[in-house]
Amino acid sequence: MTEEIIIAGFGGQGVLSMGKILAYSGAMQNKEVSWMPSYGPEMRGGTSNVTVIISDERINSPTLNQFDTAIILNQQSMDKFENSVKPGGLLIYDPNGISAHPTRKDISIYQVAGTDKALEIGNARLSNMIMLGGFLKIKPIINPEFLRKGLEKSLPERHHKLIPDNEKAVEVGKEILVPIHVL
Amino acid sequence: MAKEIKLMKGNEAIAEGAIRCGCDGYFGYPITPQSEILEYLTAENPYPKTGMVVLQAESETASINMVYGGAALGKRVMTTSSSPGISLMQEGLSYIAGAELPALVVNVVRGGPGLGTIQPSQADYFQTVKGGGHGDYRLITLAPASVQEMYDFVELGFDLAFKYRNPVMLLSDGVIGQVMEKVEVGEYKPRWTNEYIAKTYPWALVGKPESRGHNIITSLQLDPVVQEKVNHKLQAKYKVCEENEVRYETFQTEDAEILLVAYGSSARICQKVVQLGREAGIKVGLLRPITLWPFPKKPLLELSKQVKSILTVEMSAGQMIEDVKLAVECKVPVQHYGRFGGMIPTPTEIFEVLKTL
Repeated sequence: MTEEIIIAGFGGQGVLSMGKILAYSGAMQNKEVSWMPSYGPEMRGGTSNVTVIISDERINSPTLNQFDTAIILNQQSMDKFENSVKPGGLLIYDPNGISAHPTRKDISIYQVAGTDKALEIGNARLSNMIMLGGFLKIKPIINPEFLRKGLEKSLPERHHKLIPDNEKAVEVGKEILVPIHVL
Repeated sequence: MAKEIKLMKGNEAIAEGAIRCGCDGYFGYPITPQSEILEYLTAENPYPKTGMVVLQAESETASINMVYGGAALGKRVMTTSSSPGISLMQEGLSYIAGAELPALVVNVVRGGPGLGTIQPSQADYFQTVKGGGHGDYRLITLAPASVQEMYDFVELGFDLAFKYRNPVMLLSDGVIGQVMEKVEVGEYKPRWTNEYIAKTYPWALVGKPESRGHNIITSLQLDPVVQEKVNHKLQAKYKVCEENEVRYETFQTEDAEILLVAYGSSARICQKVVQLGREAGIKVGLLRPITLWPFPKKPLLELSKQVKSILTVEMSAGQMIEDVKLAVECKVPVQHYGRFGGMIPTPTEIFEVLKTL
């Protein structure tokens, strides 16, 4: 098993931390992992993306231009990465702020309304974990027990009280997943 | 004892490797894409635990000269920077090489020339292996291609530096500096005691005992006869190093008809290209130099008898290709593919080039 993932959105949407939690969880589950951020002069409101690879084998290139899965959180990232999904691959996106929806017919496409749902719950910062939940529903490559360990590892100790909320958000994401085009 | 696995950035692995291998001192000045090294060391604050000094110097020039001073005492000292900062250190590196002192310098390369860009590059190859500073000297150069190697090569770098009394450069780039991967870390090793240094490295300035004269560390010899002797000694040392310290790795070269040659992050990308090539039925393999100086000339010459063409892939306009051509004595065609100025080549675009060979 090798899963090559791009997560992309605005800086401040939790793109890098979603990737980090995924990578840590994979590492806890004894997988090989790689987490490669874009590290330009990014800032809140600018674009941000991270390539996460989780594999049973030694990982070759940490930078990629084709992905098994794209998790897209804004229009700029949709424009940039829709065509980077491998044929037969998966695209999950947050419809909030998306005007040009994905049109490809050779990949599976799902919506997860992470931003809206997070605001409804009352914590906008959980939107990334809701998106992650949507992804894990379709590709359950991380067991829940290792997701918790990944959260423990990637969050500073002072934030460990937030872990149950994060886990709940992941479960919410699994429930609100909307198939748009399924192969 | 169970293996301790950490998930960390390449830059953090450099810092962790330094603390755990018993490094005595780090002197550096922040610059992207390697600022995490100084940040991590400052946050970890190893001084109360191991006595390792971590100091943010006022400049890169100051950093390398602090390293010069520490190295003269037989201490395991290091600095890190990225391309423009490493350029500022060249005078100091030449002095350290001329004075025959061991030191570790890490360059997490970014795009140039000039202030350039903060994105990854490999365009400092010439500067590192062909001189950089003035005079006939060499830097033993290690090119890590993973976060594990960023960790491992700190201790290896110090070992080689002390074995040959020569500065060692760890030539990395923004990809390997910024990527997070799993690292198996080793035990904490104690720093060397002054007694150990005095006994093992008699050249070190540890205080003059009654039994011998003064130790003098200098790179200045006004008498050209003496200076030529110094140079002969350096060249003899480099020859031994070339015979003993070549390191490289091969992937699927056994039946290869096309050979990729790449180091550092480009070698990681090329492993993907080998995978794509093999899936398409192309007999392609990869040789990854781990030491850029000394360069793996012999294994390349051997492989040149087997392959019909060679492609070097570098994040530069083509620098290592010159050493590859020298190594294979131009017996097979050698081509270069590169992106530069901070652009990273994709596996697909290299694969497209591969198909034309």
